[in-house]
Amino acid sequence: MTQPDAGNETNARGKKASGHDYAVTVRDLTRMFGEFVAVDNVSFDVKRGEIFGFLGANGAGKTTTIKMLTGLLRPTSGTGTVDGLDISNDRRAIKSRIGYMSQRFSLYDDLKVEENLFFFGGVYGMDRDSVEARVSELDDMLSLSGLENRMTASLPPGHKQRLALACAILHRPPVLFLDEPTGGVDPVARRYFWDLISTIASDGTTVFVTTHYMDEAEYCHRLSIMHAGRIVEVDSPARIKEKHGMTSIQDVFIKLVDG
Amino acid sequence: MSIPFARVKELEKSYGKTVALASVSLDVGKGEMFGLIGPDGAGKTTLMRILSSLLDPDSGDCVVAGVSVSEDPAGIRRIIGYMPQRFSLYQDLTVGENLRFFADLFRVPRRERIKRTAMLLEFARLEPFVKRQAGRLSGGMKQKLALACALVHTPEFLILDEPTTGVDPVSRREFWSILKKLKETGVTILVSTPYMEEAELCDRVALMHKGRVLMTGVAKDIAQGFAGTVYSVACDDTVGLAVWLKGRLTPEQVRIVGTRVHVSLFGDTGRAIAGLEREAATAGFSIAMAEPVPAALEDAFVAMIAERERRHDAA
Amino acid sequence: MINSRFFPLMRKEFIHIARDRRSLLILFLMPVLMMFVFGYAINMDVKHIRMGICDLSRTPTSRALIEAVSASPYFDVTVRYEDPRLTGELFRRREIRAAVIIPREFARDLGASGVARIGVITDGTDANTATLAQNYLEGLFLERSLSAGGVEFPVRIKSRILYNPDMESSHFVVPGIVALLLIMIGALLTSVTIVREKETGTLEQILVSPIRGYEVVLGKALPYLVLAFGIAVFIIIFGCLWFHVPMLGSWSWLTLFCIIYLFTSLAIGLMISTLVSTQQVAMMLALVATLLPSVMLSGFIFPVASMPAPLRVVSRIVPATYFLEIIRGIMLKGNGPAELWRPVLAMIAVGLLFTVMAIRRFRLKL
Repeated sequence: MTQPDAGNETNARGKKASGHDYAVTVRDLTRMFGEFVAVDNVSFDVKRGEIFGFLGANGAGKTTTIKMLTGLLRPTSGTGTVDGLDISNDRRAIKSRIGYMSQRFSLYDDLKVEENLFFFGGVYGMDRDSVEARVSELDDMLSLSGLENRMTASLPPGHKQRLALACAILHRPPVLFLDEPTGGVDPVARRYFWDLISTIASDGTTVFVTTHYMDEAEYCHRLSIMHAGRIVEVDSPARIKEKHGMTSIQDVFIKLVDG
Repeated sequence: MSIPFARVKELEKSYGKTVALASVSLDVGKGEMFGLIGPDGAGKTTLMRILSSLLDPDSGDCVVAGVSVSEDPAGIRRIIGYMPQRFSLYQDLTVGENLRFFADLFRVPRRERIKRTAMLLEFARLEPFVKRQAGRLSGGMKQKLALACALVHTPEFLILDEPTTGVDPVSRREFWSILKKLKETGVTILVSTPYMEEAELCDRVALMHKGRVLMTGVAKDIAQGFAGTVYSVACDDTVGLAVWLKGRLTPEQVRIVGTRVHVSLFGDTGRAIAGLEREAATAGFSIAMAEPVPAALEDAFVAMIAERERRHDAA
Repeated sequence: MINSRFFPLMRKEFIHIARDRRSLLILFLMPVLMMFVFGYAINMDVKHIRMGICDLSRTPTSRALIEAVSASPYFDVTVRYEDPRLTGELFRRREIRAAVIIPREFARDLGASGVARIGVITDGTDANTATLAQNYLEGLFLERSLSAGGVEFPVRIKSRILYNPDMESSHFVVPGIVALLLIMIGALLTSVTIVREKETGTLEQILVSPIRGYEVVLGKALPYLVLAFGIAVFIIIFGCLWFHVPMLGSWSWLTLFCIIYLFTSLAIGLMISTLVSTQQVAMMLALVATLLPSVMLSGFIFPVASMPAPLRVVSRIVPATYFLEIIRGIMLKGNGPAELWRPVLAMIAVGLLFTVMAIRRFRLKL
């Protein structure tokens, strides 16, 4: 596997990171909390434009890994890069290169739709005009127009989800982290949402997603399954099923995690 | 079913202008495992809270085992065990302390309590964690503890509000196997879930959407009542084909199931699928075969919701 | 009662209290801190006021007067100057906060007519100190003029201050702080503990059990009554030891009235918990509802008698008004129920009022 040399990458930031094949690289990543090993010597790569599914039981170490990749937590040992930037040394720089959306959409319920957009745009240094321009550019996809003055609290869950996604991609992040993005949304909205994710990925954005819905896992280009701090499987859904002789990811998951 | 064990009669509840429940009626039989299926905002939680006497309806009533919620809320509280959606145990109390506390709240006699606690701990495979504080348990274990606490006074009617939301598939499966064992002991269970595959584990389900019950029945029957045909398409590029189909049709008609793409079609489905196959071939997809398969509950539910939304938009 | 559901609630509450060591520490340290702040800062007697003296008279009479002023513990004569025009400058430079100017004609006038004038100037930016300084000086000069003039007056003023003979304001302030802290801590603890259960969703789980309203209320309130009482004992003893506040009355009566007062504060807390749904709001409301009226309207600092009529009415429903009377009565005057029955009854009435209001508002629904 051609793997970018993390050391050189970070030292030569002028070398425009986006030119490389991998959006995320992780080598021997470990994180301990006291005696407890939350993430145990994990290695994997995510290609640019890929939808990478990050599966695992509660407490398997998914959240800890994502926190390290998004610069919220320092690794105990091991290295990793996100968009070519080192996760130990370039934590601030990484934050402007990623988008993040979590399960319980972290929107301000008491703000209007456009106020949320302006706020999150503002956090990334965007002025109102550029936020507006970006929103109308995204409107084909997100259909939020006409809702600008609605109170966020009054939106149906599906709309809230799209708004949260919009807030996460306003600043055109090359890498998008989605942490259980479809929790509590009806099946119709979920199907639409995965359509959106496919569109975003086909435009070249890398999507790193966690989910407990195993049917959603089937939409990912590649999957990793984490168990007790280790990655026990990483491949395309089709290859994983073939390898384990099973017809659904759900069955493979249960076999790997419970078996 | 002769006399229903729990009967919900024309419940209505609004919060200001938002209608949470619009005339909801349901019957749950004795010993039945009844599922409430629907997304956030469908009204599942409101219904369950009214049924547990935590909330007063604007109109309508519920009767459980002959006890009316509006007339005798205290009587209802003795019959039911309720597990709210949000984890609501004391995080700073240990597993054992939480169980003891809820047993005492229901005045479970000491000897009974000790027996029951031991049984529940074994049942939920929580014995090794008796002395651990609830806040330090994993998500799946927390849910099992919450269930044990709701069961500690041996309720006849168990109301579980989305007990498996956000829980991983393995813990979810374990949780449902516990529910199944419980059902065998004769407990009537009302459970809500956003996961379609869990609906199929219930005796009967009610599909809820925006404060209404769209349909009640056995999951399999509802699935069979699906008005169109579901075609299963095999293709070497499953995801690519699904994305293409979503663009060609509407996203709600397409989903990936394992290595195949399932497409919901309506009307003259034979001609439609033939046309799609030709177009897909032109677009560069090599499709092995498209064969009709039985619709799943999710297909039926999605079609129902989509239909309602279209009518709503039209109106 | 033994089989009541409020025992498990109480036991659980004690576990919460014991596991949250940090909050417990804060609960005991905060009163000590407040006691220091109030005990030393709200010093109602002013001592060591820096004073300038401009003696233009320079006679034995004037020197005797200056000596008297210097000997007083209230004043430190730090500057002596000869040009009265410097006075303003000295005040501006904050070197002095009071000045006495003895005019050239002082001794002569005194000798001729028995009436002399003295200039007394004080710094009005601190009105409290200024007034006190004026009063001290007037008292001092009155005494001096009477004896210095050699005139025997038919009436001699001999004042004696009862119960707090040294006019130590800490004796006055410490019982006030006890009153203040108890109502604040009681209301704060109760409101926050119930609202916390609302926030975490655990209240929902309790309410689906056949528990009764009074069981929830008592089960939640009693542990905090015990805790607040512990804090009360702690601060009273601390006040007695550190500030040497005397305890002339009976400890048992004080204990009983303390408990009644605490019930009132728990009722206020309970009422707050029925009004709000987040811990922050509960905390703020509890502070505003107890601290403000207890400081301003109870007679802690400003005597109730000198308040405008509408505020006097409000002060009647402030429980601290009565408890202040009771605790000062017991500790400083050695009063018992025979003298204190009025405020005690009034306090019970106010407490019942709050309790009834709180229980009526507290519903076993969401």
